[in-house]
Amino acid sequence: MIHDQADYAREGEDVHEPLLSEKDETTVDVREESPLPDDLTRDELTLPAPSEPEIARHYTRLSQMNWAIDSGPYPLGSCTMKYNPKFTEDVAADPNAAIHPDRSARASQGNLELRYRLQEFLGEIGGMDAVTLQPPAGAAGEFTGIAVAKAYHEHHGNDRSEVVIPASAHGTNFATAAMAGYDVVELPSGEDGRVDVEALEAAVGDDTAALMLTNPNTVGLFERDITEIADIVHDAGGLLYYDGANLNALLGRGRPGDMGFDVMHYNVHKTFATPHGGGGPGAGPVGVVDELAEFLPAPQVREREGGNGYETFEPEETIGKVHGFGGNWLVLVKTYAYIARLGDDGLADAAAKAVLNANYLAERIDLDVPYGPFHHEFAATAGDRDAADVAKRMLDFGVHPPTTKWPEMVPEAMLTEPTEIEGQSSLDDLAEAFNLAYADSDEALDAAPNRTTAARIDQVAAARNPRLSWQALDGE
Amino acid sequence: MSGTGGTPYAPHTESETAAMLSAIGVDDEEALFDIPEAVAFDGEFGIEPRSEREIRAECSRIFARNDDLTEFLGRGHYGHYVPSVVDHLADRAEFLTSYTQYQPEISQGFLQALFEYQSMLVELTGLPVANCSMYDAATALGEAATLADRVRSTSGDTVLVPGHLREGKGEVLSNYCAGADLRVESYPMDDGNVDVDALAERVGDDTVMVYAENPTVRGCVEERLAEIGDLAADADALFALGSDPVSLAVLEEPAGVGADVVVGEAGALGLPTADGMGLGLFACRDDFLRQVPGRLVGAGEDAAGDRAFTLTLQTREQHIRKERATSNICTNQAWVALRAAIHAAALGPDGLVDLANDCVREAAALADRIDELKGAIAPVHDRHHVREFAVRVDQPAAAIAADLEAEGFAVHAIGEHLLQVCVTDLNAGRTDGLVAAFEEVI
Repeated sequence: MIHDQADYAREGEDVHEPLLSEKDETTVDVREESPLPDDLTRDELTLPAPSEPEIARHYTRLSQMNWAIDSGPYPLGSCTMKYNPKFTEDVAADPNAAIHPDRSARASQGNLELRYRLQEFLGEIGGMDAVTLQPPAGAAGEFTGIAVAKAYHEHHGNDRSEVVIPASAHGTNFATAAMAGYDVVELPSGEDGRVDVEALEAAVGDDTAALMLTNPNTVGLFERDITEIADIVHDAGGLLYYDGANLNALLGRGRPGDMGFDVMHYNVHKTFATPHGGGGPGAGPVGVVDELAEFLPAPQVREREGGNGYETFEPEETIGKVHGFGGNWLVLVKTYAYIARLGDDGLADAAAKAVLNANYLAERIDLDVPYGPFHHEFAATAGDRDAADVAKRMLDFGVHPPTTKWPEMVPEAMLTEPTEIEGQSSLDDLAEAFNLAYADSDEALDAAPNRTTAARIDQVAAARNPRLSWQALDGE
Repeated sequence: MSGTGGTPYAPHTESETAAMLSAIGVDDEEALFDIPEAVAFDGEFGIEPRSEREIRAECSRIFARNDDLTEFLGRGHYGHYVPSVVDHLADRAEFLTSYTQYQPEISQGFLQALFEYQSMLVELTGLPVANCSMYDAATALGEAATLADRVRSTSGDTVLVPGHLREGKGEVLSNYCAGADLRVESYPMDDGNVDVDALAERVGDDTVMVYAENPTVRGCVEERLAEIGDLAADADALFALGSDPVSLAVLEEPAGVGADVVVGEAGALGLPTADGMGLGLFACRDDFLRQVPGRLVGAGEDAAGDRAFTLTLQTREQHIRKERATSNICTNQAWVALRAAIHAAALGPDGLVDLANDCVREAAALADRIDELKGAIAPVHDRHHVREFAVRVDQPAAAIAADLEAEGFAVHAIGEHLLQVCVTDLNAGRTDGLVAAFEEVI
């Protein structure tokens, strides 16, 4: 079951695509042509000037040296690499939607309508009363949500200084709380991998602004004590924040709003299958319960009275803007199209198949999975093997490996999330890749990968001697 | 798909689903969910599934409700013609449907494209470090302020920003500053440029960062940037300069005027007008390398001794450093950066310089024509302009903007008697219509 990964796979010789700057460098004398006076311009500009055929070949070859969800399995735990339906690209490319954000609301009725409809969809799906589409990514959504929580507390005269976060949470949660000016209180995981309710009780108090929680958590476990957790936080006057990274597991079966969460973000590039684009753009809309709606970023979109079109408005106690304009518009359009395509039953089925796939794959692999019952993802342990080495060997077997060495509660973790898009035979292939790599010799693991564009890359050396541009490579 | 009503994007047949359930040892999918009944959802969203064709038709009906206007709008979000080659290459699924390059051995293509993007920004800014994207200009500015706070050797809490600043940008900056206990204060302008003398009086020990834009939000080219850089340096404050890669092709190189950080809207390349979606440019000096927010791509070597690319200096980032990270950013705008790089390659330095020069010439020409109209003065500021300029009108600006909209043209109303007009390669062919409409409504 060995697949070739790209036409440029290593065959014992160096096969690489030159940098654009190695193909051409052209220097232009800026002052010669400029209508501006010399003292306001630069002297010259040096950049590559490739022809269009060269550009086409350059980027096509680069694309062939890149793994993608359309290439094969991509079971990165917590990243939710779903297939990105092609038609959503066409919907987003509609030239009538390509408008400037400073147009009047009257002249932007189409885009406002789509924004409004998406707000409504997301509100329903999360069980939230109001939604802002402005945050351009999940972490930006976290920052927005925590800023809203902070504004809420300040408005009520509560000066709270701490945000409580389970140790198993995404790194963004900790960084977000710090960026918003809070001290982080890290909550150790309970023995069953979930929140330890007693530890939570001890950690929460008058200083608690919020508890940030991912549910199911980062090893796929549902926080069964969520009602009690919500009560503890609320009784102390804190707010409950829902990290939407794993909402895809709950679609149609549980809503954060019904579990006592006050504020949440949606990762539309995870839950609603918008393309990850090599790291972004995503979008991180934020939903809140009624009590927090007046603090949301401005502007919000609502229906005009009488149902006669749409208008923007500024929430009364708004925190102001969190993005220069209205967020990642093209991504939001794709989100709308995906949700509309699936509808209630499709969304619920996506969750069911994601959970089915994770459980089936876990059954098929030889690695132990210490915690359960898990939902859409599981953290297997590579035991006495190095998870990163096992992952590199998996590359040779034609699949993308899982997330490795995280969360830390599982030793040598391989956090695996196949999503609903893999069928049985694909999962069998994936399991075989796991098992072959896991059972392989130390030598084979050390030498891996062998069938990729680049052999194992020394990231430590690269960080020790940072060369971040082609200018930095000149003269070497 | 299992029967009707399932997701069309799961390949399971009913018999496969049954076989998988049996392998797991459960009767149905519901048995795999561990959700207590008290919090289980048994309602409906009320979202009817629809076909691709229905959704495309519906959305195109919705978008057709946007008025058919010729936009002369800018103020931070710019439309330039994006060559077809950008869409066709960036839309390749190998790029579009890939994730962050955490396994560099099978991500060399995207890593190299991002490395090249960083390199282009290094050339345009003159600064040695550029990251591979922030969300947009406003969030990049926010990140610059918190970086300034981390690297400045003495204490202080004030970020100074120009009096002419996009309102929303200031709000985003304030939100980033709030968590770091920084305050944002604006300093005065002098005929569309920074009032350098007033700034000199204001800059002091409490100043963490001085921010200026070139061109300004009103399109003015700043004429005393080096002096602003000196003022900031003398106060041990960072000098952050806002710009965009088209303007940077001809304007003074930021490094040459003492900029420590350059932020801005790199989506001026690669993106069409996209209702505000952007690409945050972030470049800085070498000494801030370990304080940079966001992802960096570096060159290194693989086990065979060949050049290879990888995400680098990741210990700055949230997935490793958690609450001590330089930023919480994870998902960024990588695909937009790819688009900007392809666009820059397609233009080449000649095309980029020509585009920028056209934006200077067209703005001057349009301002002259509007200035000839009775009841309008343009440009308001006696400066050189890139793309856009302010117009003073005798009548209320909002009313004129509304009248122009009725005539099919969108411009900004930025003050009681102030309009702003932005002209680029996209709408330069429609200036006759705009001028005629102006004449009509003024």
